[in-house]
Amino acid sequence: MSTKQEIGFSVEAIRRDFPILSETMRGKPLVYLDSAATSLKPQAVIDAEVEYLTKISANIHRGVYELSERATLMYDRARETIKAFLGVREDGEVVFTKSATEASNIISRSWGLKFVGADDEIVVSELEHHANIIPWQEVAKSTGATLRFVPLSADGSFDLEAVESVLSNRTRAVAITGMSNVTGFCPPIKEIVAAAHAAGAVVIVDGAQLVSHAPVDVAALDVDFLTFSGHKMCGPTGIGVLYGKRDLLNAMDPFLYGGDMIVRVKKDRATYKEAPDKFESGTPNISGAIGLGAAIDYLSSIGMDAIHEHEESLLRYARERLLDVSEVELIGAGDSGMAAGGIVSFTFGDIHSHDIGAILDSEGVAVRTGMHCAHPFMRFLGVNGTTRASFYLYNTRSDVDQLVRALDRVRETFA
Amino acid sequence: MNLGDDLYREIILENYKSTKNRRAIEGANFRQEGVNPSCGDDIELYLTIEGDQISDVSYEGMGCSICLASANMLCEAVRGMSVADARDLFGRVRGMLTNNETPEFPEGAEDLEAIQGVSQFPVRVKCAMLSWNTLRQILDETAAS
Repeated sequence: MSTKQEIGFSVEAIRRDFPILSETMRGKPLVYLDSAATSLKPQAVIDAEVEYLTKISANIHRGVYELSERATLMYDRARETIKAFLGVREDGEVVFTKSATEASNIISRSWGLKFVGADDEIVVSELEHHANIIPWQEVAKSTGATLRFVPLSADGSFDLEAVESVLSNRTRAVAITGMSNVTGFCPPIKEIVAAAHAAGAVVIVDGAQLVSHAPVDVAALDVDFLTFSGHKMCGPTGIGVLYGKRDLLNAMDPFLYGGDMIVRVKKDRATYKEAPDKFESGTPNISGAIGLGAAIDYLSSIGMDAIHEHEESLLRYARERLLDVSEVELIGAGDSGMAAGGIVSFTFGDIHSHDIGAILDSEGVAVRTGMHCAHPFMRFLGVNGTTRASFYLYNTRSDVDQLVRALDRVRETFA
Repeated sequence: MNLGDDLYREIILENYKSTKNRRAIEGANFRQEGVNPSCGDDIELYLTIEGDQISDVSYEGMGCSICLASANMLCEAVRGMSVADARDLFGRVRGMLTNNETPEFPEGAEDLEAIQGVSQFPVRVKCAMLSWNTLRQILDETAAS
């Protein structure tokens, strides 16, 4: 089947940007369907990191010599790239972290513990990744606040009305995913933000999946906090981003104390810089930040709209093909008609997902299996794990065909 | 040979499909849960130990074929064994799965040789080891009491 899609870019050309796609797995051509776990890295990102490591190497914000100056410029430029990518208007709103999880913990510890009280409520959903639920469980435990859960439809989706049903004047925070890492379901963020703001709540969006797969404009969405990681969007591991509105970030206490976050230090006290420096104590992941900047430049050169459209088309095709496999049951396949990103989760008869994953692996097909760091959602669905195929800009219909062919092997093995 | 074939050998699939030992034991004097959080393997092992002898053993739960096949083999192997022999067998299975050893198995426990191939798949070793690690917890408990 041709990999030339009807949309605005050539997948074949894109695939040449990713050196790993010419590798094999278990002796078979690699069919990589696990981008929701981590994406592959294009040569441009690898080159950007290598350039810093081979030609610059110096620390940022510290030296007055040329190399340190250049390192600082590259690091700052990466932050500017992220700002433009997300439509951030103010300085000091983009903080580098080591991961989306760390960003989530900065919000819950530095904002949550300070501003959530015993009579307050925190709204979350059972759909959340552990990184957007456990930090809030801990805030509730420490402050005495109550966790409230958005009621889910049978397919694991929810609408504005469902969120409104748990909002009240006691709601202090609403922490929800922008795109489910299990089903790809995308809640109506903009409407939820407006409703939460009307109730006087602050909104935290887990963007770990959303930001890599769809255009995001924080000003248009009016979110208060947004977290995401670099490695799911063609960037390196070990680098993530916390976006926060400036006044919120500046009202928060620092998360880590030490070098590079201070204005003045006396023997017995210190004063701190404003965000983002306040939250970036210690030498950061400089090559990671530069690599993330390069990843965003790369994605922007293709266009997030085009990428999203490509994934939607693959998703439709994958659902069609999988629905033809009699043992397959799709999980949360968006029968509610809501938006979804390029993720398809399914079960195959009563065969455990790890067995499915192992047989797909032997056919060169990489998928994620198991609980997807979403135990509450697995419990809600009543399944003991799923098999998840997730798509990105470099995937083709032929990848989907390989997946379906490999499922025949699962059937043969367990016949 | 396909690596998948090595992992899913006939003996493993037979043990996986067998429901003989998949039951609770009323009045078992030892029960222990074992969980692999990332994949959802979740079993409960039941042992009846009389004096120094394991007179009955069974398991319940959910898991992948490797996890459940290994649990079934465990039940078949340690039923009727002394606690000391079961501990010795645990060491052999662990050595085979995690340390590239090729141990001898006592009569009635030969099926265990079939899971040697799992050692080539590091992420699956924990599936095969789950019931054995759970057994060990019980054996440690008997030693402590």
